[in-house]
Amino acid sequence: MLEFTLRRIVATIPVLLGILIVAFTVLYLIPGDPAQTVAGPRADAETLARIRSEMGLDQPLLTRFWSYLSRVAGGDLGDSVVTGKPVLESLTEKLPYTLKLASFAMLVSIFAGVVMGIVSAITQGRWLDRLCTVFSVAGISIPVFLSGLVFLYVFAVKLRWFPTSGFRAGDSLLVFVLPAFTLGIRSAAFLARIVRSSMIEVLNQDFIRTARAKGLSRTRILFRHGLVNALVPVVTVIGLDLSSYLNGSVIVETIFDLPGIGRFAMDAILQRDYPIIQGVVLLGAFVFIMVNLFIDLFYAWINPKIRDEMMGKSAG
Amino acid sequence: MKQIARRMTVAGWLSVAGIFVVLVVAFFAPMLIANDPMETDPLRRLSKTEGFPLGCDQLGQCVYSRLIYGARLSLIIGFSSRLTALLIGLAVGLAAGYFGGWLDWLLMRIVDMFLAFPSLLLAIAVSMVLGSGIGTVIFALAVVGWAEMARIIRSAALELRSAEYVIAARTLGASHLRIILTHILPNCLPLITVIFTMGMATAVLSEASLSFLGLGVDPSLPTWGGMVAAGKDYMLRRPELVVYPGACIAFLVIVFNVFGDELRDILDPSRKGHW
Repeated sequence: MLEFTLRRIVATIPVLLGILIVAFTVLYLIPGDPAQTVAGPRADAETLARIRSEMGLDQPLLTRFWSYLSRVAGGDLGDSVVTGKPVLESLTEKLPYTLKLASFAMLVSIFAGVVMGIVSAITQGRWLDRLCTVFSVAGISIPVFLSGLVFLYVFAVKLRWFPTSGFRAGDSLLVFVLPAFTLGIRSAAFLARIVRSSMIEVLNQDFIRTARAKGLSRTRILFRHGLVNALVPVVTVIGLDLSSYLNGSVIVETIFDLPGIGRFAMDAILQRDYPIIQGVVLLGAFVFIMVNLFIDLFYAWINPKIRDEMMGKSAG
Repeated sequence: MKQIARRMTVAGWLSVAGIFVVLVVAFFAPMLIANDPMETDPLRRLSKTEGFPLGCDQLGQCVYSRLIYGARLSLIIGFSSRLTALLIGLAVGLAAGYFGGWLDWLLMRIVDMFLAFPSLLLAIAVSMVLGSGIGTVIFALAVVGWAEMARIIRSAALELRSAEYVIAARTLGASHLRIILTHILPNCLPLITVIFTMGMATAVLSEASLSFLGLGVDPSLPTWGGMVAAGKDYMLRRPELVVYPGACIAFLVIVFNVFGDELRDILDPSRKGHW
């Protein structure tokens, strides 16, 4: 297991390096002179040249990449070109909101997804299963911005159950309810499908038949034998959801006016504040890689067979 | 084809009908519209004038006609971006799966990298580099979508590589290109059809999200996502400005998802209910 863990960690290095190369290249390719952005439109040539050398823009590309790498490794993601504030500092400031949003969304997703999946699996082919299927297809297909706006309109504007928008200090967790549902329902729909198919697969296995033959009760079979095994592939989905929330948060936080990472990224995009965009993209990629790492380690830990398979693959 | 038609369920047929309707609407859009979808008129702002079947939007443009043209843009962008993604995915996936070894390792690390980026933000970054326009959106969505396709095609190619008929062809001295084109690729076709159809749903949804954020094509063009974005500021007075285009997006995505599911169950029963 230790060897596997180390190998798996080492395997993330080329991907991380590649991501940094892409992030650096995109920033390099974006039209417009960053020095010009900093200096403002009326700066003279001398000022521009000074800023350019201050920012290291007159250095060769490889040198710039190397200094970029060492800066990122030291936790320096650059400064916002608009406010001059360090990107990392802003990110850590905004992260709690998005984390809260993501955790609530995940609660909604796991609860609704697992319940719907199980109900679907045990009523396979009957009307309740069909109903759940319709729900999950709709949940996957309806764009987040539409369901968000509809929730906002119905529950905040018409019924006045929740605050319409805007996050004020001292506000309760109520502001997170609608956005979390908007994000969570979508991933619940995905999860329900996976739980359903994995549950059906498990319920058709020999050990379930054995349990039934032994005369165990239906609920005991379902939860002790069925669900525990069916939840294994579900871990992947839940893990990947975590990183997909960053995408969703761009839209949801814009609609519900939450001051999290997504909203931060969107504002930066509108102001063409590239260091921030780059920082958010790097953060997203980093979270994704780490989540995948943990998923793989988790699988290897619960199932040595998978471990051997992965070892064989990475060796060949 | 016959086999597909025979095993299709009611939901499957409904989704085919739905796709067909949207295709017809998109194709005959110029004949179906009531007014010029781009013509603005401040006097008609948010009004329900005669001759405008679904009323006018915040710029006095005909909502109905814009919805009709929106179908065109959604399909064109969705289809072209998926086709581009598929071509890249095919090249990378087949090469990695068939040749294996260091090439496989290298290509799959690149795929991993692209899968790691938050897709919406990557698409946004690409469109910022290239400037706005339909071509940009298509390219941005292709950049986001090819990696997933490459990974699925690679695992299919990896399995087929050791099939007996492939080994036989190898022994007979067939070239790699010939084997890939005549043995591997045709056997991947069902899989390709499925991932392409499912991918259409994703592409339509992503295009709508980009347009909603104002980062898609030119906002004056009639896209459904853009219409939702513009309508949301008037949602309290005219909720239908959000609901109509939103429903169109959801409809198109649903029919592609259902049709994709159906195709997968028929063409690849072993994966029934998966992915």
